[in-house]
Amino acid sequence: MSKQEFTITVYTENQIGLLNRIAIMFSRRKINIESLNTSPSEVDSVHRFTIVINEFEEVVKKLVRQIEKQVEVLKAYYNTEDEIVWQEMALYKVPTDIIAEKVKVERLLHQYGARAVVIRKDYTVFETTGHREELEGLIKALEPYGLIEFVRSARIAIIKASKGFHEKLKEFEEHEPGEEVIENEFLDKQDEVFTM
Amino acid sequence: MTNATTLEAKTPKAIPHSSGKQVDEVTGSQAVLEAFIAEGVDTIFGYPGGAIMPIYDALYDYHDRLKHILVRHEQGGIHAAQGFARTSGRTGVVFATSGPGATNLVTGLADAMIDSTPLVCITGQVFAHLLGTDAFQETDVVNITTPVTKWNYQITDATEIPSVLAKAFYIAGSGRPGPVLIDITKNAQLQKFAYQGYTPCKHIRSYRPKPIVRKEFVEEAAKLINAAEKPFILFGQGVILGKAEKEFKAFIEKTGIPSAWTVLGLSALPTDHPLNVGMLGMHGNYGPNVLTNECDVLIAIGMRFDDRVTGRLDKYAKQAKVIHLDIDPSEIDKNVKSTVPVWGDCKETLPMLTQLVEKKEHKAWLARFNEYTRQEVEAVIHDELNPTSEILTMGEVIKTVNELTNGDAVIVTDVGQHQMVACRYAKFNQSKSNVTSGGLGTMGFALPAAIGAKFGAPDRTVVAVIGDGGFQMTLQELGTIMQSEVNVKILILNNRFLGMVRQWQQLFHDKRYSFVDIQSPDFVMLAKSYGIAGKSIDQRTDLKAAVTEMINHNGSFLLEVMVGKENNVFPMVPQGCSVSEIRLK
Repeated sequence: MSKQEFTITVYTENQIGLLNRIAIMFSRRKINIESLNTSPSEVDSVHRFTIVINEFEEVVKKLVRQIEKQVEVLKAYYNTEDEIVWQEMALYKVPTDIIAEKVKVERLLHQYGARAVVIRKDYTVFETTGHREELEGLIKALEPYGLIEFVRSARIAIIKASKGFHEKLKEFEEHEPGEEVIENEFLDKQDEVFTM
Repeated sequence: MTNATTLEAKTPKAIPHSSGKQVDEVTGSQAVLEAFIAEGVDTIFGYPGGAIMPIYDALYDYHDRLKHILVRHEQGGIHAAQGFARTSGRTGVVFATSGPGATNLVTGLADAMIDSTPLVCITGQVFAHLLGTDAFQETDVVNITTPVTKWNYQITDATEIPSVLAKAFYIAGSGRPGPVLIDITKNAQLQKFAYQGYTPCKHIRSYRPKPIVRKEFVEEAAKLINAAEKPFILFGQGVILGKAEKEFKAFIEKTGIPSAWTVLGLSALPTDHPLNVGMLGMHGNYGPNVLTNECDVLIAIGMRFDDRVTGRLDKYAKQAKVIHLDIDPSEIDKNVKSTVPVWGDCKETLPMLTQLVEKKEHKAWLARFNEYTRQEVEAVIHDELNPTSEILTMGEVIKTVNELTNGDAVIVTDVGQHQMVACRYAKFNQSKSNVTSGGLGTMGFALPAAIGAKFGAPDRTVVAVIGDGGFQMTLQELGTIMQSEVNVKILILNNRFLGMVRQWQQLFHDKRYSFVDIQSPDFVMLAKSYGIAGKSIDQRTDLKAAVTEMINHNGSFLLEVMVGKENNVFPMVPQGCSVSEIRLK
């Protein structure tokens, strides 16, 4: 057995501080998080973390149980790449004059399925979505044409066999709607309060 | 999935204001104290400070309903609350201020987390608008304490207080218990809001305190137990936390299975019970350790296979089928792979098992344990309890305490050699009688924990057994004992060394005694300065009279017993060895 890539999906309440509570479960074991995404789920008030790590399955299995034990975690899963559909997105900024001159670039972008998001006189921003290798392939390809800036998003993933849980989750939210997040409403009220 | 009707039935009614009058408006601080009263809290351990002053101001009007014990350091406060929780079976409650007050709780939180002790800690925090400005005594307490709390939360608006405290008590005390910290900003403590009573929490949608019991696994476990020829039970604190001592006893008595305990499981089963075969682990008894690697079915109940219990995992009970009963699903297969996992509260699963198992006796198998006991008595125990040399041993002191308290005392121990000796030799007739820092091994735990233990079990004799090193870590709590007139018996076993570390240096580091030679003040004079009676002895002839005096003294008493400087605790499973490689010397 060797380390392999696992995608961990965690369904949680939307609570301040929960990101830290989950993140430290990895750092406590000195596991590097390769990618982390938080987003809403298909159900109101339920949040979804997608975390990618490289580890032994036995370690991941125990870790996921510890994550699931947290009070505000509804459910946690771990999956290998073949059990999920996943995508990452990347943005590339390149000088407009170079790409306007070189026909090759246009072909290249076409080949990688990239599309222009912003076109300005001085620079153009392209976007592409796909698997890691594709995104990285385009960086290499664009480098000779003066790539100015590159950024890649975290992985987002859909679990192929998730129907059962989805039904449960919907039912769950119907019976017990989640609570609103209460944020600090006082941060801009410094001058109004007497403090000692 | 719970349906809507049962959910409604589960929703408890609001508890009105404790004054009995209709109260329309309260401050956040009053709401905190009302929550305590509604939850049945009567004792708070705490220390005031700037950011928690509004709560202390409100407490002034509640002194008839809530007893507050002023400790000398917040760490003392939280250990006291732990001691309280352990002897009373209730949730311990702590107050501390922001910044240093809150950070002083961290050791106690970590201790309570690893030993599953239910606590609700309230910390004051700077005004909400000052968060993140490096205000005076501002610390990011919620983030500091996240890894050492079962749950924590910061309140910036008073209207949240009743529901958040209800959640706090529910989370701390349910399922596998643990510490909860609630950080309340000063503005929220001062803020007035419309009060609608206090509604206890019985359910949180994302939190499942107990896993659903899987009947098929219970049946499978019963089958294994019925077919076993050499079954062996390991029990831990889960039996005590689940209040399942009776159910546990019924189970072992029907099956006739020899049962050994972890340090935290100690006292769940009376010491003299014929099926109690002793202590597991590094300094546990000979038989239970050796026979772990011989049994055919290993039944673990409410214990987590700590490394101090298992020794080398790849040589641990490899021949046995393992049945693991635990309320926390993440404990199953964490350290030792189970053949049959029995998720659930052992208060529920044990009676189910008892019903399915056949009545049996395992006389020949039990005799094997007794034979190992005989060998251990001969090689270790006899000399420890009845030494022939002039030098006093820790074991004989504990034996004397047993004799003079009839095994009815609460024994609170610190960490180190004296702890292992006390656990090995103390006798217990009833549950919740052994209070110690098991998982974290916190030196300095015993003195403050004993204070709390006494408040948790006011009618019982509480003896704090402490080493000369550990005592010096939290001796400021003598002030609490003095001021609150806490009747605890302080028994210092002084070997003028940090004994456990010295033992390891002797055995594994060529006797290179690196900084274990610790000096102590005159403990009796120190006690005297706090108005606490005391005595120091170094002669065997004085032992019985001195322990008698300590126990019979009207009030707290400090007894220092000078014991052998370089005595070692045996048996011992050396680190990196298998439990069956346990050494008698």
